[in-house]
Amino acid sequence: MKKALLIAAALAVPTSAAAAGKLEIFSWWAGDEGPALEALVKLYKQRYPSVAVDNATVSGGAGTNAKAVLKTRMLGGTPPDSFQAHAGQELIGTWVVANRMEDLSGLFRSEGWDKAFPKDLVRLISSKGGIWSVPVNVHRSNVMWYNPARLKSWGVTVPKTWPEFLSTCTKLKAKGVAAPLVVGENWTQQHLWESVAIGTLGAQNWENLWAGKLKFTDPRVVGAFTTFGKVMDCANKDASGLSWQQASDRIISGQSAFNIMGDWAAGYFTTTKKLAPNTGFGWAPSPGTTKTFVMLADSFGLPKGAKNRAEALNWLRVLGSKAGQDAFNPLKGSIAARTDSDLSKYNTYSRSAAADWKSNKIVGSLVHGAVAPESFMSAFGTVIDQFVASRNSAGAAAAAQQLAVRAGIGK
Amino acid sequence: MKGLSKDRLWSVAVLLPSVVLIAVFVYGFIARSVYVSLTDWGNDPAQALALDPVIRFIGLANYQDLFTGFLQGRFRQELVSTVFFTAFFILGCLGLGLGLALILDRNPRGEGLWRTIFLFPMSLSFIVTGTIWRWMLQPGGGVNQAPTLFGAPPSTFPWLSSTEAIWKFDWNRLPLLTASVVAAVLIVVAVRALRAGDRRRTLVAALCAALLLGWALLVAPNLKLLPAPELHGFNLALIGIIIAAVWQMSGYTMALYLAGLRGIPEELREAAKVDGAGDLGMYRHVIFPLLAPISLSAMIVLGHISLKIFDLVYAMSGPDNINTSVPALNMYLTSFRQNQFALGAAIGTILLILVAFVIVPYLASQFRGEEGHA
Repeated sequence: MKKALLIAAALAVPTSAAAAGKLEIFSWWAGDEGPALEALVKLYKQRYPSVAVDNATVSGGAGTNAKAVLKTRMLGGTPPDSFQAHAGQELIGTWVVANRMEDLSGLFRSEGWDKAFPKDLVRLISSKGGIWSVPVNVHRSNVMWYNPARLKSWGVTVPKTWPEFLSTCTKLKAKGVAAPLVVGENWTQQHLWESVAIGTLGAQNWENLWAGKLKFTDPRVVGAFTTFGKVMDCANKDASGLSWQQASDRIISGQSAFNIMGDWAAGYFTTTKKLAPNTGFGWAPSPGTTKTFVMLADSFGLPKGAKNRAEALNWLRVLGSKAGQDAFNPLKGSIAARTDSDLSKYNTYSRSAAADWKSNKIVGSLVHGAVAPESFMSAFGTVIDQFVASRNSAGAAAAAQQLAVRAGIGK
Repeated sequence: MKGLSKDRLWSVAVLLPSVVLIAVFVYGFIARSVYVSLTDWGNDPAQALALDPVIRFIGLANYQDLFTGFLQGRFRQELVSTVFFTAFFILGCLGLGLGLALILDRNPRGEGLWRTIFLFPMSLSFIVTGTIWRWMLQPGGGVNQAPTLFGAPPSTFPWLSSTEAIWKFDWNRLPLLTASVVAAVLIVVAVRALRAGDRRRTLVAALCAALLLGWALLVAPNLKLLPAPELHGFNLALIGIIIAAVWQMSGYTMALYLAGLRGIPEELREAAKVDGAGDLGMYRHVIFPLLAPISLSAMIVLGHISLKIFDLVYAMSGPDNINTSVPALNMYLTSFRQNQFALGAAIGTILLILVAFVIVPYLASQFRGEEGHA
């Protein structure tokens, strides 16, 4: 017995450094977002100095590459200790339904997070009685960007509803603006569709749509497609060749009047383009969505079978803490998911977004993974593309309904 | 024990590993993919990535979905795009390659340098080619700015972002169209056989043609694959991708043709000259017929590249642009983004069959040729 213990101790010595502290974090935060992740890791190391953090970043926009690598690792039985996923159905519809994630509701209770995070948000990241991920940041998807000086010179104001937008569009076209609205590649068009749909259906119907209570074939949703078609008539014709940054450039240059994009555009305008908020660029909720905050969030979850479960739980504790969120978000250009964050650390745009985050109705974004699983979203891109080509509202709505049934939305 | 000489044993021992590896990693996996394509793996998201997924055999339902399902219009457009892409890609490469080879065959000054320049694109990967050409074909730059060099206004053609399509046809008329085309080919075969005096062949071909035509005219119009008409055609956005692909691969056909031209014995040319053939006549009656086998091998190689093409399209217009999408891209997205493994496997199987259509006749003719020589 004694001998066995000795052997065990001897074996434990060389490995203890590794076993006592190792944590692998899997994300797609590279490049611009790297420093924000670094800040979080630094904070984690302050609290748990003995842990060696392995930052397994797979770069590539919106995580397309990372998700493929993640699938290989999960199916191969070597999940990372904690991995990044868009909060909501993208995680739930892919990994939770496959029974691959651990329920974090215990952690939420013990850390008091069910009070720190808005209720609408907690509902979006829950299903089947569990809470499945810790949101680190929040971005707003329904923002309309414009150039205040140009709007003044054209003599138009920011439209508040989609019908008003369409009449503004006619006015601008008469003044020689060929494309009053600028859109880019496929996903930015889906992004626009989402804003149009929420703006015409209203937040409650949007929620009903993803709960399966409102069908896509409902006349109201078909009407949203029709409005979307009219809005696309105001847009540029070379869309699929433009990235979202190139689309934003056209707002600055005055080639187009409006762009609907998530609030990472604020970071692009201030950091890359050196423009001052409110004078160099302006923003407003997209038409029809005043008092609605369409959100998307990056979050981390805990896969079943994680090798360093205790360290991973500590990592999640850091992510959800006030200090963690305030270290990360000012650098990332997003706002904290918690409602008690220190607003003095944030820039002008973020402060206005944080104020809305506390007071507005919160709903999830489709194109950024909050309300529908990957299988729906990826195929929905094709539906939008076909709609833009054919302008067949009823057909697009029927196709979307079939997709929804296949993806199990509302089950 | 004559069959088991030492040499024999050695050869078996040396070959066995590759035979086993190919059997497992090529044919085994092909069989596995085909089997997966006949199941419902991934159609239910809850089962797609589960530890122990429940997978049911559902026969050809995935294929039926791809060709007639309401949601799979993208796949059908991609099939049509592939046909157009392949045709223009092969024609472009053969034409440009032959032209370059004919010029180089006249021994211009600095031939070696030109050869290197024309062959150079082939040394790049499609990803690099795609990135370069994406820059050149940007809406506001590159090729569209070229006219300004001569003082003309910049061109405005939306190279990769066009949503226009030409030569559209209704997918519902596909049975009619294919049957008519095959019948037309059979009629040509019948006429040829008649001229050659092969009576049996004439009869068989004519009968098949008549049957097909009858089916096409009487049955096919009533056959509705889809409830509503669905138009597919040649997307203009593909032109940019075809240009890049031709730029990349025409050096290869040039090299093939140049080798072929250099392989034509001087005596043949001299004999043709003695017989009074001019330049044009020599090319038409002597050189081009001798280059025919080279055209065939080039077509096979280019054909299977174009059917499988993925990286060039991904680099040039991204994965989400349906106007330039191809089946290989769809297979990747379906399997690895939508987690619909069975549907993805079905698309992969269709691609394999398409490539087999190109490769198998070629292999067969090769084997026959070798046996003939032996």
